[in-house]
Amino acid sequence: MKKIILSIILVNLLAACASEKTKDAVNEPAAAPATAAAQTAASTPASVESAPVSTGANAGASADATAPAERSIYFPFDVDAVQAADRATVQTHGEYLAKNKSAKVRVEGNADERGSSEYNLALGQRRANNVKKLLILAGAKSSQIETVSFGEEKPRCADHNEACWSQNRRADIIAK
Amino acid sequence: MRFLGAVVLLCFACSARAELIIEITGAGEHQIPLSLVHFAGEEKMVGQPISGVVTNDLLRTGLFKMIDPAGKAPHEPVDVKYDEWPGVDALVIGNVRSLDGGRVEVRFRLMDMVRRTELVGLSVTAKSEQLRAIGHRVADLIFEKLTGSAGVFSTRIAYVNRESKKYRLVVADSDGYGEQTLLALNEPILSPAWSPDGSQIAYVSFERGHASVFAQSLATRQRTLLADFPGSNSAPTWSPDGKQLAMVLTRDGNSQLYLVRNDGSDLRRITFSETIDTEPSFLPDGKSLLFTSDRGGSAQVYRVPVEGGSAERLTFEGANNFSPRPSPDGKYFVYSHFVDGVFYIAVQDFENRQMQVLTGGGWEKKPSFAPNGKLVLFATESQGRGILATVSSDGRVKQKMVAQRGDIREPIWGPFLKQ
Repeated sequence: MKKIILSIILVNLLAACASEKTKDAVNEPAAAPATAAAQTAASTPASVESAPVSTGANAGASADATAPAERSIYFPFDVDAVQAADRATVQTHGEYLAKNKSAKVRVEGNADERGSSEYNLALGQRRANNVKKLLILAGAKSSQIETVSFGEEKPRCADHNEACWSQNRRADIIAK
Repeated sequence: MRFLGAVVLLCFACSARAELIIEITGAGEHQIPLSLVHFAGEEKMVGQPISGVVTNDLLRTGLFKMIDPAGKAPHEPVDVKYDEWPGVDALVIGNVRSLDGGRVEVRFRLMDMVRRTELVGLSVTAKSEQLRAIGHRVADLIFEKLTGSAGVFSTRIAYVNRESKKYRLVVADSDGYGEQTLLALNEPILSPAWSPDGSQIAYVSFERGHASVFAQSLATRQRTLLADFPGSNSAPTWSPDGKQLAMVLTRDGNSQLYLVRNDGSDLRRITFSETIDTEPSFLPDGKSLLFTSDRGGSAQVYRVPVEGGSAERLTFEGANNFSPRPSPDGKYFVYSHFVDGVFYIAVQDFENRQMQVLTGGGWEKKPSFAPNGKLVLFATESQGRGILATVSSDGRVKQKMVAQRGDIREPIWGPFLKQ
Protein backbone atom coordinates (compact mmCIF):
# COMPACT_ATOMS: atom_id res chain seq x y z
CA MET A 1 0.00 0.00 0.00
CA LYS A 2 2.69 2.44 0.94
CA LYS A 3 4.74 1.71 -2.13
CA ILE A 4 1.73 2.52 -4.28
CA ILE A 5 1.23 5.81 -2.53
CA LEU A 6 4.88 6.73 -2.87
CA SER A 7 4.85 6.12 -6.61
CA ILE A 8 1.74 8.25 -6.87
CA ILE A 9 3.57 11.02 -5.08
CA LEU A 10 6.32 10.89 -7.67
CA VAL A 11 3.75 11.25 -10.45
CA ASN A 12 2.19 14.13 -8.63
CA LEU A 13 5.44 15.98 -8.26
CA LEU A 14 6.07 15.77 -11.97
CA ALA A 15 2.55 16.77 -12.88
CA ALA A 16 1.49 19.31 -10.34
CA CYS A 17 4.45 20.94 -8.68
CA ALA A 18 3.30 24.41 -9.65
CA SER A 19 -0.29 23.99 -8.53
CA GLU A 20 -1.65 26.38 -5.95
CA LYS A 21 -2.64 24.74 -2.74
CA THR A 22 -6.31 25.01 -1.99
CA LYS A 23 -6.72 25.43 1.71
CA ASP A 24 -10.44 25.20 2.11
CA ALA A 25 -11.01 21.66 1.02
CA VAL A 26 -8.60 19.69 3.17
CA ASN A 27 -11.22 18.23 5.43
CA GLU A 28 -11.44 15.44 2.92
CA PRO A 29 -7.91 15.18 1.60
CA ALA A 30 -8.71 12.27 -0.67
CA ALA A 31 -11.33 14.35 -2.42
CA ALA A 32 -9.42 17.61 -2.28
CA PRO A 33 -7.87 19.64 -5.11
CA ALA A 34 -9.07 18.80 -8.58
CA THR A 35 -5.66 17.98 -9.97
CA ALA A 36 -4.97 14.78 -11.82
CA ALA A 37 -2.71 13.63 -9.02
CA ALA A 38 -5.28 14.23 -6.35
CA GLN A 39 -7.75 12.08 -8.22
CA THR A 40 -5.16 9.34 -8.34
CA ALA A 41 -4.67 9.68 -4.61
CA ALA A 42 -8.41 9.30 -4.08
CA SER A 43 -8.26 5.89 -5.67
CA THR A 44 -5.62 4.59 -3.27
CA PRO A 45 -6.76 2.18 -0.56
CA ALA A 46 -5.54 4.44 2.24
CA SER A 47 -8.04 4.52 5.08
CA VAL A 48 -8.43 8.26 4.93
CA GLU A 49 -10.04 10.05 7.83
CA SER A 50 -10.45 13.75 8.22
CA ALA A 51 -7.45 16.03 8.34
CA PRO A 52 -7.46 19.42 10.02
CA VAL A 53 -7.69 22.68 8.18
CA SER A 54 -4.24 24.15 7.77
CA THR A 55 -3.71 27.73 8.78
CA GLY A 56 -0.82 28.89 6.60
CA ALA A 57 -1.71 31.63 4.15
CA ASN A 58 1.15 31.79 1.67
CA ALA A 59 2.21 28.19 1.27
CA GLY A 60 1.88 28.52 -2.49
CA ALA A 61 4.24 31.46 -2.69
CA SER A 62 7.27 30.89 -4.88
CA ALA A 63 10.50 29.98 -3.19
CA ASP A 64 12.78 32.90 -2.45
CA ALA A 65 14.99 34.14 0.35
CA THR A 66 12.07 34.02 2.78
CA ALA A 67 11.43 30.62 4.29
CA PRO A 68 7.92 29.32 3.62
CA ALA A 69 5.43 29.95 6.41
CA GLU A 70 3.38 26.77 6.19
CA ARG A 71 5.26 24.16 8.21
CA SER A 72 2.85 21.35 9.10
CA ILE A 73 1.91 18.37 6.98
CA TYR A 74 -1.03 16.22 8.11
CA PHE A 75 -1.62 12.50 7.65
CA PRO A 76 -4.57 10.10 7.79
CA PHE A 77 -4.63 7.45 10.55
CA ASP A 78 -1.76 4.94 10.31
CA VAL A 79 -0.64 6.43 6.96
CA ASP A 80 2.86 7.76 6.40
CA ALA A 81 2.60 8.99 2.78
CA VAL A 82 2.32 12.73 2.23
CA GLN A 83 -1.19 13.44 0.99
CA ALA A 84 -2.06 15.38 -2.14
CA ALA A 85 -3.30 18.38 -0.18
CA ASP A 86 0.12 18.91 1.43
CA ARG A 87 2.47 18.25 -1.45
CA ALA A 88 2.67 21.88 -2.52
CA THR A 89 3.78 22.81 0.99
CA VAL A 90 6.60 20.29 0.89
CA GLN A 91 7.51 21.27 -2.66
CA THR A 92 7.80 24.93 -1.68
CA HIS A 93 10.12 24.05 1.20
CA GLY A 94 12.20 21.82 -1.06
CA GLU A 95 12.62 24.60 -3.62
CA TYR A 96 13.53 27.04 -0.87
CA LEU A 97 16.24 24.66 0.41
CA ALA A 98 17.51 24.15 -3.16
CA LYS A 99 17.93 27.90 -3.59
CA ASN A 100 19.34 28.48 -0.10
CA LYS A 101 22.14 25.96 0.23
CA SER A 102 23.09 27.05 3.73
CA ALA A 103 19.55 26.68 5.06
CA LYS A 104 18.84 23.59 7.15
CA VAL A 105 15.64 22.11 8.47
CA ARG A 106 14.57 19.47 10.91
CA VAL A 107 11.51 17.42 9.98
CA GLU A 108 9.67 16.27 13.11
CA GLY A 109 7.26 13.37 12.69
CA ASN A 110 4.36 12.84 15.10
CA ALA A 111 1.54 10.35 15.51
CA ASP A 112 -1.77 10.16 17.33
CA GLU A 113 -2.07 7.96 20.42
CA ARG A 114 -3.85 5.04 18.76
CA GLY A 115 -1.01 2.53 18.71
CA SER A 116 1.80 1.60 21.02
CA SER A 117 4.31 4.28 21.90
CA GLU A 118 7.01 2.41 19.99
CA TYR A 119 4.88 1.78 16.91
CA ASN A 120 3.98 5.47 16.87
CA LEU A 121 7.63 6.43 17.21
CA ALA A 122 8.32 4.32 14.11
CA LEU A 123 5.30 5.78 12.29
CA GLY A 124 6.38 9.35 13.06
CA GLN A 125 9.86 8.53 11.76
CA ARG A 126 8.39 7.21 8.49
CA ARG A 127 6.31 10.37 8.13
CA ALA A 128 9.41 12.52 8.65
CA ASN A 129 11.44 10.37 6.27
CA ASN A 130 8.77 10.62 3.56
CA VAL A 131 8.71 14.40 3.85
CA LYS A 132 12.49 14.37 3.57
CA LYS A 133 12.31 12.29 0.39
CA LEU A 134 9.93 14.80 -1.20
CA LEU A 135 12.13 17.71 -0.14
CA ILE A 136 15.07 16.04 -1.87
CA LEU A 137 12.97 15.44 -4.99
CA ALA A 138 12.21 19.17 -5.00
CA GLY A 139 15.92 19.93 -5.07
CA ALA A 140 17.03 19.97 -1.44
CA LYS A 141 20.19 18.12 -0.39
CA SER A 142 20.05 15.31 2.14
CA SER A 143 22.62 17.13 4.27
CA GLN A 144 20.19 20.03 4.71
CA ILE A 145 17.54 17.84 6.34
CA GLU A 146 17.52 16.11 9.72
CA THR A 147 14.59 13.86 10.59
CA VAL A 148 13.35 13.07 14.07
CA SER A 149 10.24 11.36 15.43
CA PHE A 150 8.40 12.21 18.62
CA GLY A 151 5.81 9.49 18.05
CA GLU A 152 2.84 10.15 20.32
CA GLU A 153 5.00 11.83 22.98
CA LYS A 154 4.51 15.50 22.09
CA PRO A 155 0.87 15.83 21.12
CA ARG A 156 -0.37 19.27 20.08
CA CYS A 157 -3.75 18.29 21.54
CA ALA A 158 -4.30 15.76 24.33
CA ASP A 159 -7.96 14.69 24.14
CA HIS A 160 -9.14 11.25 23.00
CA ASN A 161 -11.01 12.35 19.87
CA GLU A 162 -10.51 12.71 16.16
CA ALA A 163 -10.37 16.50 16.33
CA CYS A 164 -7.22 16.13 18.45
CA TRP A 165 -5.81 13.08 16.76
CA SER A 166 -5.96 14.75 13.33
CA GLN A 167 -3.78 17.59 14.65
CA ASN A 168 -1.29 15.13 16.12
CA ARG A 169 -0.81 13.06 12.94
CA ARG A 170 1.66 15.57 11.63
CA ALA A 171 5.12 16.31 10.36
CA ASP A 172 6.55 19.76 11.04
CA ILE A 173 9.32 21.36 9.00
CA ILE A 174 11.40 23.42 11.42
CA ALA A 175 14.15 25.82 10.33
CA LYS A 176 17.40 25.11 12.16
CA MET B 1 -14.71 -14.18 32.68
CA ARG B 2 -17.09 -14.01 35.62
CA PHE B 3 -16.41 -11.75 38.54
CA LEU B 4 -17.46 -13.27 41.79
CA GLY B 5 -16.31 -10.87 44.41
CA ALA B 6 -17.34 -7.35 45.17
CA VAL B 7 -15.05 -4.42 44.67
CA VAL B 8 -12.56 -4.10 47.48
CA LEU B 9 -11.14 -0.68 48.12
CA LEU B 10 -7.93 -0.39 50.04
CA CYS B 11 -7.17 3.18 50.85
CA PHE B 12 -3.85 3.53 52.59
CA ALA B 13 -4.57 7.03 53.81
CA CYS B 14 -3.46 6.00 57.28
CA SER B 15 0.12 6.41 56.15
CA ALA B 16 1.51 9.90 55.73
CA ARG B 17 3.43 8.63 52.72
CA ALA B 18 0.40 7.17 50.96
CA GLU B 19 1.02 7.14 47.26
CA LEU B 20 -1.68 4.88 45.89
CA ILE B 21 -5.29 3.89 46.06
CA ILE B 22 -5.72 0.25 45.11
CA GLU B 23 -9.03 -1.10 43.79
CA ILE B 24 -9.55 -4.84 43.34
CA THR B 25 -12.33 -6.43 41.28
CA GLY B 26 -13.17 -10.11 40.95
CA ALA B 27 -11.99 -13.22 42.74
CA GLY B 28 -10.27 -16.46 41.91
CA GLU B 29 -12.28 -19.59 41.31
CA HIS B 30 -11.03 -21.39 44.41
CA GLN B 31 -10.22 -19.01 47.24
CA ILE B 32 -8.25 -20.24 50.22
CA PRO B 33 -9.89 -19.17 53.51
CA LEU B 34 -7.12 -17.48 55.47
CA SER B 35 -7.02 -15.53 58.69
CA LEU B 36 -4.27 -13.16 59.73
CA VAL B 37 -3.85 -11.88 63.26
CA HIS B 38 -2.23 -8.46 63.69
CA PHE B 39 1.38 -9.10 64.66
CA ALA B 40 2.17 -8.47 68.32
CA GLY B 41 4.10 -5.23 68.76
CA GLU B 42 3.48 -3.86 65.27
CA GLU B 43 1.49 -0.90 66.60
CA LYS B 44 4.74 0.46 68.07
CA MET B 45 6.42 0.61 64.66
CA VAL B 46 6.47 3.57 62.26
CA GLY B 47 4.55 3.28 58.98
CA GLN B 48 2.03 0.81 57.72
CA PRO B 49 1.69 -2.24 60.01
CA ILE B 50 3.46 -5.28 58.59
CA SER B 51 0.31 -7.40 58.80
CA GLY B 52 -1.41 -4.82 56.57
CA VAL B 53 1.33 -5.19 53.95
CA VAL B 54 0.93 -8.97 54.01
CA THR B 55 -2.89 -8.80 53.88
CA ASN B 56 -2.91 -6.41 50.93
CA ASP B 57 -0.39 -8.48 48.97
CA LEU B 58 -2.47 -11.63 49.42
CA LEU B 59 -5.80 -9.87 48.68
CA ARG B 60 -4.49 -8.52 45.38
CA THR B 61 -4.06 -12.01 43.99
CA GLY B 62 -7.74 -12.82 44.39
CA LEU B 63 -6.73 -16.29 45.59
CA PHE B 64 -7.42 -15.77 49.29
CA LYS B 65 -10.57 -15.12 51.28
CA MET B 66 -9.51 -13.15 54.34
CA ILE B 67 -11.47 -14.15 57.44
CA ASP B 68 -11.72 -11.77 60.39
CA PRO B 69 -10.04 -13.22 63.54
CA ALA B 70 -13.02 -11.80 65.48
CA GLY B 71 -11.02 -10.72 68.49
CA LYS B 72 -8.88 -13.84 68.80
CA ALA B 73 -5.23 -12.85 69.00
CA PRO B 74 -2.75 -15.72 69.27
CA HIS B 75 0.86 -14.75 68.54
CA GLU B 76 2.60 -18.09 69.19
CA PRO B 77 1.67 -21.63 68.07
CA VAL B 78 0.99 -22.68 71.67
CA ASP B 79 -1.74 -20.00 71.85
CA VAL B 80 -3.62 -21.33 68.81
CA LYS B 81 -6.79 -23.21 69.74
CA TYR B 82 -7.64 -25.03 66.54
CA ASP B 83 -11.29 -25.60 67.42
CA GLU B 84 -11.86 -21.83 67.56
CA TRP B 85 -11.18 -21.37 63.81
CA PRO B 86 -13.88 -23.27 61.88
CA GLY B 87 -13.73 -22.69 58.12
CA VAL B 88 -10.21 -21.28 58.29
CA ASP B 89 -7.66 -23.35 56.33
CA ALA B 90 -4.59 -21.30 57.18
CA LEU B 91 -3.70 -18.88 59.96
CA VAL B 92 -0.88 -16.31 59.98
CA ILE B 93 0.50 -15.18 63.34
CA GLY B 94 3.63 -13.32 64.35
CA ASN B 95 5.30 -10.56 66.29
CA VAL B 96 7.60 -7.60 65.78
CA ARG B 97 10.02 -6.06 68.23
CA SER B 98 12.61 -3.32 68.17
CA LEU B 99 16.27 -4.18 68.64
CA ASP B 100 19.16 -1.86 69.34
CA GLY B 101 20.63 0.23 66.51
CA GLY B 102 17.39 0.93 64.64
CA ARG B 103 16.84 -2.72 63.83
CA VAL B 104 13.72 -4.81 64.15
CA GLU B 105 13.03 -8.51 64.48
CA VAL B 106 10.02 -10.06 62.77
CA ARG B 107 8.89 -13.59 63.50
CA PHE B 108 5.95 -15.16 61.74
CA ARG B 109 4.34 -18.60 61.38
CA LEU B 110 1.86 -20.02 58.91
CA MET B 111 -0.37 -22.61 60.57
CA ASP B 112 -2.21 -25.36 58.68
CA MET B 113 -5.56 -25.32 60.51
CA VAL B 114 -6.82 -28.50 58.82
CA ARG B 115 -3.81 -30.66 59.66
CA ARG B 116 -3.22 -28.71 62.87
CA THR B 117 0.45 -28.15 62.24
CA GLU B 118 2.92 -25.38 61.40
CA LEU B 119 3.55 -25.08 57.62
CA VAL B 120 6.38 -22.56 57.63
CA GLY B 121 8.01 -20.04 59.90
CA LEU B 122 10.49 -17.23 59.48
CA SER B 123 12.55 -15.02 61.73
CA VAL B 124 14.22 -11.97 60.20
CA THR B 125 16.15 -9.06 61.61
CA ALA B 126 16.55 -5.97 59.47
CA LYS B 127 16.70 -2.18 59.58
CA SER B 128 13.36 -0.77 60.67
CA GLU B 129 12.85 0.99 57.32
CA GLN B 130 12.84 -2.44 55.67
CA LEU B 131 9.65 -3.53 57.42
CA ARG B 132 7.63 -3.32 54.19
CA ALA B 133 10.20 -5.47 52.39
CA ILE B 134 9.92 -8.07 55.16
CA GLY B 135 6.13 -7.96 54.80
CA HIS B 136 6.46 -8.73 51.09
CA ARG B 137 8.85 -11.58 51.89
CA VAL B 138 6.36 -13.02 54.39
CA ALA B 139 3.58 -12.74 51.78
CA ASP B 140 5.80 -14.52 49.24
CA LEU B 141 6.37 -17.41 51.65
CA ILE B 142 2.65 -17.74 52.43
CA PHE B 143 1.75 -17.57 48.73
CA GLU B 144 4.32 -20.20 47.82
CA LYS B 145 3.28 -22.60 50.58
CA LEU B 146 -0.44 -22.33 49.86
CA THR B 147 -0.47 -22.15 46.03
CA GLY B 148 2.72 -23.95 44.98
CA SER B 149 3.81 -20.95 42.85
CA ALA B 150 6.55 -18.49 43.71
CA GLY B 151 5.29 -15.18 45.06
CA VAL B 152 6.15 -11.93 43.29
CA PHE B 153 5.50 -9.50 46.13
CA SER B 154 9.22 -8.85 46.68
CA THR B 155 9.86 -8.09 43.02
CA ARG B 156 9.90 -4.60 41.60
CA ILE B 157 8.24 -2.80 38.72
CA ALA B 158 9.42 0.10 36.56
CA TYR B 159 7.36 2.72 34.79
CA VAL B 160 7.39 6.29 33.54
CA ASN B 161 5.57 9.01 35.46
CA ARG B 162 4.64 12.04 33.33
CA GLU B 163 3.58 15.21 35.06
CA SER B 164 2.98 17.96 32.49
CA LYS B 165 6.38 18.19 30.78
CA LYS B 166 8.33 16.37 33.48
CA TYR B 167 9.15 12.72 32.96
CA ARG B 168 10.49 10.40 35.65
CA LEU B 169 11.72 6.85 35.23
CA VAL B 170 10.53 5.16 38.42
CA VAL B 171 11.29 1.86 40.12
CA ALA B 172 8.82 0.76 42.79
CA ASP B 173 7.80 -2.26 44.86
CA SER B 174 5.34 -4.61 43.15
CA ASP B 175 2.48 -2.91 45.05
CA GLY B 176 3.53 0.53 43.80
CA TYR B 177 5.03 1.69 47.11
CA GLY B 178 8.63 2.70 47.68
CA GLU B 179 8.95 4.79 44.52
CA GLN B 180 12.53 5.60 43.57
CA THR B 181 13.26 7.98 40.70
CA LEU B 182 16.06 6.66 38.53
CA LEU B 183 16.01 9.54 36.04
CA ALA B 184 14.11 12.84 35.78
CA LEU B 185 13.99 14.77 32.50
CA ASN B 186 12.00 17.47 30.76
CA GLU B 187 11.93 15.25 27.68
CA PRO B 188 10.02 12.00 27.08
CA ILE B 189 11.24 8.68 28.50
CA LEU B 190 9.92 5.47 26.97
CA SER B 191 10.12 1.70 27.02
CA PRO B 192 11.98 0.76 30.21
CA ALA B 193 13.31 -2.82 30.10
CA TRP B 194 14.81 -4.78 33.01
CA SER B 195 18.05 -6.69 32.63
CA PRO B 196 17.46 -10.35 33.57
CA ASP B 197 19.34 -9.98 36.88
CA GLY B 198 17.38 -6.85 37.81
CA SER B 199 20.53 -4.75 38.14
CA GLN B 200 19.95 -2.45 35.15
CA ILE B 201 17.17 -0.83 33.18
CA ALA B 202 17.48 0.05 29.50
CA TYR B 203 15.18 2.75 28.16
CA VAL B 204 14.59 5.36 25.48
CA SER B 205 15.24 9.01 26.29
CA PHE B 206 14.75 12.12 24.15
CA GLU B 207 17.33 14.15 26.05
CA ARG B 208 19.59 14.30 22.97
CA GLY B 209 16.82 15.77 20.80
CA HIS B 210 15.78 12.44 19.37
CA ALA B 211 15.15 8.93 20.67
CA SER B 212 18.37 7.31 22.02
CA VAL B 213 18.82 4.11 24.01
CA PHE B 214 20.49 4.13 27.42
CA ALA B 215 21.12 1.47 30.07
CA GLN B 216 21.36 2.51 33.71
CA SER B 217 22.54 0.69 36.81
CA LEU B 218 20.09 0.76 39.70
CA ALA B 219 22.84 0.51 42.29
CA THR B 220 25.31 3.12 40.96
CA ARG B 221 22.92 5.16 38.74
CA GLN B 222 25.69 5.05 36.12
CA ARG B 223 24.38 5.36 32.57
CA THR B 224 25.63 3.86 29.30
CA LEU B 225 24.58 5.29 25.94
CA LEU B 226 23.86 2.15 23.88
CA ALA B 227 22.55 3.59 20.60
CA ASP B 228 22.47 7.16 19.29
CA PHE B 229 22.33 6.92 15.49
CA PRO B 230 20.55 9.61 13.44
CA GLY B 231 16.78 9.13 13.46
CA SER B 232 15.20 6.97 16.17
CA ASN B 233 16.90 4.47 18.50
CA SER B 234 14.31 2.67 20.58
CA ALA B 235 12.51 -0.37 22.03
CA PRO B 236 15.44 -1.99 23.90
CA THR B 237 14.97 -5.48 25.34
CA TRP B 238 17.50 -7.80 26.99
CA SER B 239 18.33 -11.34 25.94
CA PRO B 240 17.62 -13.94 28.66
CA ASP B 241 21.38 -14.29 29.38
CA GLY B 242 21.76 -10.49 29.62
CA LYS B 243 24.70 -10.48 27.20
CA GLN B 244 22.95 -8.65 24.39
CA LEU B 245 19.95 -6.47 23.66
CA ALA B 246 17.57 -6.30 20.75
CA MET B 247 16.49 -2.80 19.77
CA VAL B 248 14.99 -0.80 16.94
CA LEU B 249 17.03 1.60 14.82
CA THR B 250 16.17 3.75 11.81
CA ARG B 251 19.82 4.23 10.81
CA ASP B 252 19.22 2.33 7.55
CA GLY B 253 15.82 3.94 6.83
CA ASN B 254 12.82 2.20 8.37
CA SER B 255 12.46 1.01 11.94
CA GLN B 256 14.15 -2.39 11.91
CA LEU B 257 15.30 -4.89 14.56
CA TYR B 258 18.99 -5.06 15.52
CA LEU B 259 21.05 -6.95 18.05
CA VAL B 260 23.85 -5.33 20.03
CA ARG B 261 26.12 -6.48 22.86
CA ASN B 262 25.30 -5.07 26.28
CA ASP B 263 28.21 -2.61 25.96
CA GLY B 264 26.79 -1.23 22.69
CA SER B 265 29.27 -3.01 20.39
CA ASP B 266 28.85 -5.58 17.59
CA LEU B 267 25.68 -4.21 15.96
CA ARG B 268 23.84 -6.74 13.77
CA ARG B 269 20.64 -6.20 11.78
CA ILE B 270 17.96 -8.91 12.18
CA THR B 271 15.02 -7.84 10.00
CA PHE B 272 15.07 -6.52 6.44
CA SER B 273 11.59 -5.26 5.65
CA GLU B 274 10.28 -2.17 3.88
CA THR B 275 7.85 -1.61 6.74
CA ILE B 276 7.83 -0.88 10.47
CA ASP B 277 9.37 -3.60 12.66
CA THR B 278 9.44 -2.71 16.35
CA GLU B 279 8.90 -3.80 19.98
CA PRO B 280 11.17 -6.86 19.99
CA SER B 281 10.96 -9.21 22.97
CA PHE B 282 13.04 -12.36 23.47
CA LEU B 283 11.36 -15.68 24.09
CA PRO B 284 12.69 -17.32 27.28
CA ASP B 285 14.88 -19.76 25.31
CA GLY B 286 16.62 -16.79 23.65
CA LYS B 287 16.23 -18.34 20.20
CA SER B 288 13.54 -16.10 18.74
CA LEU B 289 11.97 -12.68 19.12
CA LEU B 290 8.39 -11.52 19.16
CA PHE B 291 7.86 -8.14 17.51
CA THR B 292 5.26 -5.78 16.06
CA SER B 293 5.22 -5.16 12.30
CA ASP B 294 2.86 -3.62 9.76
CA ARG B 295 4.37 -5.69 6.93
CA GLY B 296 0.98 -7.29 6.30
CA GLY B 297 -0.78 -3.91 5.98
CA SER B 298 -1.68 -3.47 9.67
CA ALA B 299 0.30 -3.69 12.90
CA GLN B 300 0.38 -7.33 14.05
CA VAL B 301 2.56 -9.63 16.17
CA TYR B 302 5.25 -11.70 14.46
CA ARG B 303 8.04 -14.06 15.52
CA VAL B 304 11.49 -14.21 13.93
CA PRO B 305 14.58 -16.33 14.72
CA VAL B 306 17.15 -14.30 16.63
CA GLU B 307 19.71 -14.83 13.85
CA GLY B 308 17.18 -13.39 11.36
CA GLY B 309 15.26 -15.14 8.60
CA SER B 310 11.62 -15.43 7.73
CA ALA B 311 9.09 -14.05 10.18
CA GLU B 312 5.87 -15.79 11.11
CA ARG B 313 2.67 -13.85 11.74
CA LEU B 314 0.99 -14.83 15.04
CA THR B 315 -2.03 -12.52 15.45
CA PHE B 316 -4.96 -12.23 13.06
CA GLU B 317 -7.85 -10.90 15.16
CA GLY B 318 -8.64 -7.23 15.70
CA ALA B 319 -7.57 -4.23 13.66
CA ASN B 320 -4.08 -4.07 15.20
CA ASN B 321 -2.04 -5.88 17.82
CA PHE B 322 0.92 -4.29 19.59
CA SER B 323 3.58 -4.76 22.26
CA PRO B 324 3.94 -8.56 22.56
CA ARG B 325 5.76 -10.06 25.55
CA PRO B 326 6.09 -13.76 26.34
CA SER B 327 5.13 -15.51 29.58
CA PRO B 328 8.05 -16.70 31.74
CA ASP B 329 7.39 -20.34 30.71
CA GLY B 330 7.32 -19.38 27.03
CA LYS B 331 3.88 -20.90 26.45
CA TYR B 332 1.92 -17.67 25.99
CA PHE B 333 2.37 -14.09 24.95
CA VAL B 334 0.45 -11.07 26.13
CA TYR B 335 -0.20 -8.04 23.95
CA SER B 336 -2.33 -4.94 23.42
CA HIS B 337 -5.28 -5.76 21.17
CA PHE B 338 -6.87 -2.83 19.30
CA VAL B 339 -10.38 -3.27 17.89
CA ASP B 340 -13.14 -0.73 17.16
CA GLY B 341 -11.06 2.06 18.63
CA VAL B 342 -10.52 0.32 22.00
CA PHE B 343 -7.36 -1.25 23.44
CA TYR B 344 -7.69 -4.53 25.35
CA ILE B 345 -5.09 -6.74 27.02
CA ALA B 346 -5.10 -10.18 25.42
CA VAL B 347 -3.12 -13.37 25.81
CA GLN B 348 -2.44 -15.99 23.16
CA ASP B 349 -1.29 -19.60 23.40
CA PHE B 350 1.71 -20.25 21.13
CA GLU B 351 0.73 -23.86 20.55
CA ASN B 352 -2.98 -23.81 19.78
CA ARG B 353 -3.14 -20.12 18.75
CA GLN B 354 -6.16 -19.53 20.99
CA MET B 355 -6.43 -15.91 22.12
CA GLN B 356 -8.27 -14.66 25.18
CA VAL B 357 -9.14 -11.06 25.97
CA LEU B 358 -8.34 -10.54 29.67
CA THR B 359 -9.72 -7.06 30.29
CA GLY B 360 -12.75 -4.88 29.70
CA GLY B 361 -11.03 -2.49 27.33
CA GLY B 362 -9.93 1.15 27.41
CA TRP B 363 -6.54 2.75 26.84
CA GLU B 364 -4.85 -0.50 27.88
CA LYS B 365 -1.25 -0.73 26.71
CA LYS B 366 2.16 -2.29 27.34
CA PRO B 367 1.32 -5.52 29.19
CA SER B 368 4.03 -7.60 30.88
CA PHE B 369 3.87 -10.80 32.92
CA ALA B 370 4.91 -11.02 36.56
CA PRO B 371 7.92 -13.34 36.83
CA ASN B 372 5.68 -16.15 38.17
CA GLY B 373 3.35 -15.79 35.18
CA LYS B 374 0.28 -15.39 37.38
CA LEU B 375 -0.38 -11.66 36.88
CA VAL B 376 -0.12 -9.21 34.00
CA LEU B 377 0.82 -5.57 34.63
CA PHE B 378 -0.32 -2.93 32.14
CA ALA B 379 -0.99 0.79 31.68
CA THR B 380 -4.53 2.05 31.49
CA GLU B 381 -6.50 5.19 32.22
CA SER B 382 -8.90 6.16 34.98
CA GLN B 383 -10.70 9.50 35.04
CA GLY B 384 -8.39 10.87 32.39
CA ARG B 385 -5.16 9.84 34.12
CA GLY B 386 -2.68 7.16 33.23
CA ILE B 387 -2.58 4.48 35.94
CA LEU B 388 -1.16 1.02 36.61
CA ALA B 389 -3.38 -2.02 36.55
CA THR B 390 -2.96 -5.76 36.88
CA VAL B 391 -5.09 -8.66 35.78
CA SER B 392 -4.62 -12.29 36.76
CA SER B 393 -3.45 -14.35 33.79
CA ASP B 394 -6.85 -16.09 33.70
CA GLY B 395 -8.63 -12.72 33.55
CA ARG B 396 -10.55 -13.28 36.79
CA VAL B 397 -9.04 -10.72 39.16
CA LYS B 398 -8.39 -7.12 38.22
CA GLN B 399 -6.64 -4.42 40.16
CA LYS B 400 -6.13 -0.70 39.54
CA MET B 401 -3.44 1.33 41.27
CA VAL B 402 -4.10 5.06 41.16
CA ALA B 403 -1.10 7.26 41.90
CA GLN B 404 -1.63 10.62 43.52
CA ARG B 405 0.33 12.57 40.94
CA GLY B 406 0.98 12.44 37.22
CA ASP B 407 0.25 9.94 34.50
CA ILE B 408 1.79 6.49 34.73
CA ARG B 409 2.87 4.93 31.45
CA GLU B 410 5.10 2.20 30.03
CA PRO B 411 5.11 -0.17 33.01
CA ILE B 412 7.16 -3.35 33.07
CA TRP B 413 7.39 -6.01 35.76
CA GLY B 414 10.92 -6.79 36.90
CA PRO B 415 12.52 -10.21 37.38
CA PHE B 416 12.87 -12.33 40.51
CA LEU B 417 15.77 -10.99 42.54
CA LYS B 418 18.51 -13.25 43.76
CA GLN B 419 18.09 -14.01 47.44
